[in-house]
Amino acid sequence: MIESHLPAYIALTFLLFSVLIPAFGIWRDELSQPLAVIGSGLAAGFSIYGFYSYLQLGSIRYFFGGWEPPIGIEFVYDGLSGFFALVINTVAFFVIIHSNKISKREFPGKEMPYYALAMLMMLGFNGMVLTGDLFNLYVFLEIASLAGYAIIAIGDRQAPYAAFRYLIIGTAGGTLYLLGVGFLYTVTGTLNIIDMSAMLPQFAGSTAVVAALILMIVGIGVKAALFPMHGWLPDSYTYASSSSTALIAPIGTKVAAYILFRIILWLFGVELTDAVVPFTYIVGVLACIGILYGSIMAIAQSEMKRMLAYSSVSQIGYIIMGLSLANPWGFAGALLHVLNHAIMKAALFMISGQIRFKEGHSSVNMFDDTYRKKYPWTMAAFTVTAISMVGLPPLAGFFSKWYLALGTIDNSNWLFLAVILISSLLNAVYFFRILEKVYMMNPDKGQKEAADAERDEFSGSMLWPTSILAFSLIVIGFANAIIVGVLLNIFPM
Amino acid sequence: MDLSLVPLLAVLVSLIAVVPILLSSDKPNLRETWTILAAFIKFGLVLLLVPGAIEGKSVELHLVDLAPGMPLALNADPLGVFFAVIASGLWIFTSFYSIGYVRGAGEHKQTRYFASFAVCLSATIGIAFSANLLTFVLFYEILTVATYPLVIHNEGKEAINAGRKYLAFTLTAGLLLVAGSAMVYIYTGSIDFTPGGLFSGIELPHTAMLVLFIIFLGAVGVKAGIMPIHSWLPAAMAAPTPVSALLHAVAVVKSGVFAVIRVAGYVFGTETMGNYGLDDILIVIAGATIILASLIAFAQDNLKQRLAYSTVGHLSYIVLGVALLTPFGMQGGIMHIAAHATLKITLFFCAGAIYVNLKRKNISQLNGIAKSMPWTMAAFTIGSMGLAGIPPINGFFSKWTLALGSLDGDMVIPVIVLVVSGLLNVGYFFPIIYRAYFKPPEGLEGYGEASPLMVVPIMVTAILSVLFGFFPNLFFGLYDLAVNISLSLF
Repeated sequence: MIESHLPAYIALTFLLFSVLIPAFGIWRDELSQPLAVIGSGLAAGFSIYGFYSYLQLGSIRYFFGGWEPPIGIEFVYDGLSGFFALVINTVAFFVIIHSNKISKREFPGKEMPYYALAMLMMLGFNGMVLTGDLFNLYVFLEIASLAGYAIIAIGDRQAPYAAFRYLIIGTAGGTLYLLGVGFLYTVTGTLNIIDMSAMLPQFAGSTAVVAALILMIVGIGVKAALFPMHGWLPDSYTYASSSSTALIAPIGTKVAAYILFRIILWLFGVELTDAVVPFTYIVGVLACIGILYGSIMAIAQSEMKRMLAYSSVSQIGYIIMGLSLANPWGFAGALLHVLNHAIMKAALFMISGQIRFKEGHSSVNMFDDTYRKKYPWTMAAFTVTAISMVGLPPLAGFFSKWYLALGTIDNSNWLFLAVILISSLLNAVYFFRILEKVYMMNPDKGQKEAADAERDEFSGSMLWPTSILAFSLIVIGFANAIIVGVLLNIFPM
Repeated sequence: MDLSLVPLLAVLVSLIAVVPILLSSDKPNLRETWTILAAFIKFGLVLLLVPGAIEGKSVELHLVDLAPGMPLALNADPLGVFFAVIASGLWIFTSFYSIGYVRGAGEHKQTRYFASFAVCLSATIGIAFSANLLTFVLFYEILTVATYPLVIHNEGKEAINAGRKYLAFTLTAGLLLVAGSAMVYIYTGSIDFTPGGLFSGIELPHTAMLVLFIIFLGAVGVKAGIMPIHSWLPAAMAAPTPVSALLHAVAVVKSGVFAVIRVAGYVFGTETMGNYGLDDILIVIAGATIILASLIAFAQDNLKQRLAYSTVGHLSYIVLGVALLTPFGMQGGIMHIAAHATLKITLFFCAGAIYVNLKRKNISQLNGIAKSMPWTMAAFTIGSMGLAGIPPINGFFSKWTLALGSLDGDMVIPVIVLVVSGLLNVGYFFPIIYRAYFKPPEGLEGYGEASPLMVVPIMVTAILSVLFGFFPNLFFGLYDLAVNISLSLF
């Protein structure tokens, strides 16, 4: 009967390891990272098994202590939460394996608190995804955020400042969300998502409900870095240590996007969301502005991590735009992009961390064609990921765009379609710029250096996670029909 | 004999060859053996499909689903086989020629060169055999990416800028193709190439159809070199000459015009094209491109640039043939794919031989070179005459059929365009021949022909062009194929 307890196991694994790591860490500091690998590996295993059993048996509602709502709190393991848990835990597992050497280099002596906090943050993220209770979700949101602020503060000299800024903005966002939940509670008298969604249609058009919706979308929009609430993101991702960014960037904004999916498509439903004001369209337009803004800003950056951070602003826009389309194609495209983007961004931030590790910088202007000789496999992984980001078939990134395009055309939404196309071109500009530097000799410098460079590939603990993630994009590309078949079944309407 | 896997193998063989090519990068002779081997096997596999194609049969193969209800599917239909025969056949000559060229010119990064070339050929055959729009998009984009390392091969400033321009144009085109394909799917519920098109029985507002057509025109027009979106092609002449020869005279640009035929005949359908007046747009664009490109060709002193503009003009012959919407027009267009391929590859081969041998790129430097390089210049003369449409070389025949096609559709202006263009072709090719044969040579003492690895392919393609002009059906029934295809579309 392990299946019925899986939702709890996933969250509890992280809780357990967030305690175990300090306990063992006091004794032997170097045990922290292996323990974190075991913890995230177990959680990833549970999520994979959980999603498999969801496909066989359907959703699981898990009541803590046997107390049914509205008295107790429940975890709901349905298609959406199962999929998100699967994505974030698997990616986190690879990132944590990868962080071994980088963490020793970038913040020596702080591994134990770092990994303990990482486990705590993952607990928060998983809790947000799995819980079936809106207030409970807020609690997990704060756990994840507080751990996240600390993790971001470990990094460059400017990192604490960036983390502090994120803390202020993020707390404001969390508070707005909580206010929204409060409004809904006063109207409906319940915090349980399933109960509340059954009751809300009675209150369609009530000012409190509309206000609650606005507060929640804005509050979570901050966490998801939805334009124009993205201001905290570029600095945080740039100045945090490479391992921190690689962990937070692929996961954090996705979980916030999950909450938007849950609120708009499940809790309210599209009809109710758009009853008074066409919120889905407004959110979609904001997402579009974010897509273009993020891409243009990414082109303007010369620091790779900062470029990738702006690219995240842009990519989260795709996901939210797919949500705003509220049709099966858009939904499938958005969720497929959750998976694709988590893998791509993790791989890219891991590679930028690797370059920092060996070269001491990750400034695009200083890249040259010796990298091709020194790190052939890493650069191959980078190339695959970059081409997937640009969205060329048969790589995974193409297909999320394909489904999003189908979704926009199905809604006759030509503006959104144009944004998808233009943004792909902008992606090509900032990724091919790097590929040019890595694979071609600089005409002004001559070719001697590259020819003399010795092969100096990264060790397995870094190379394997990066390569597996990058080359899985090819597999996902060819297998996407299966994944999308599952995702289309999750669509609630 | 069961042929169902042959299309897949024909696509894969050069892709698989990439692995041994990369592994034997230290042993040039072994590495080139793989290229030659893959070229011959590929051509052999394609030939297996020819008898069926002449009878109008297709070989279909469904692989995995790329998206729910949209499989990665290959369909070796007569049109696909026609294109595949030309592309894979000319790859053999180009392979030999490439070896001579890159060694003669002492090119760097030869492994990357041969590996990219092999991927390009896989993508081209994939384009030929794509059964639906999504599969087509897949191979079309792979071709774009695989050609990029060849365009920037020299890695100088000029090459890098050409590469950027190339990507900017082709990636935009690829995105338009994605958008267009998605729109076709939403409007018609299908993305399978079907003779006669997908829009029969589907009423769309005139503007919607027009927008969709313009999107597709942008998508396939870039590679087909229609004006004003042709300008990547002359820039891409920064690539080594064999690349220009095969890719920019055969594979890439012919994929573009092949796509025009696919889109016009198998997505929109000739009837829909006529009903919505889409053919008129195409005729105007193609006609203007033919004349303008020929005029611009006059102004080019760089030999490859002149050939590039000549290519732009001749590609639009094919587009024009499609746009006429008559069986003869379609047939002439399809025939011109073959004719232009053999003729232009000959001319580019000559330009490359001259460059490797004499390090001369400009027409003004070619005085009297026929004395040093008699075979090369003989081939050049044949190629020029063919493109100018002088019988009996094969360019004449396709042009004649095109003229018949336009008269068949009661149109006179296209005939005038063809005649004027023929004169312009004479105008920009014959000064080159005149210089080579009748002007006194300058500083050519001690120079002979280029290496046999280059001269033999040049002679063979030139002879093929002549034979093809006399006996259009001699090789693999290409003429019958063209007739069958054009009849199946009306």
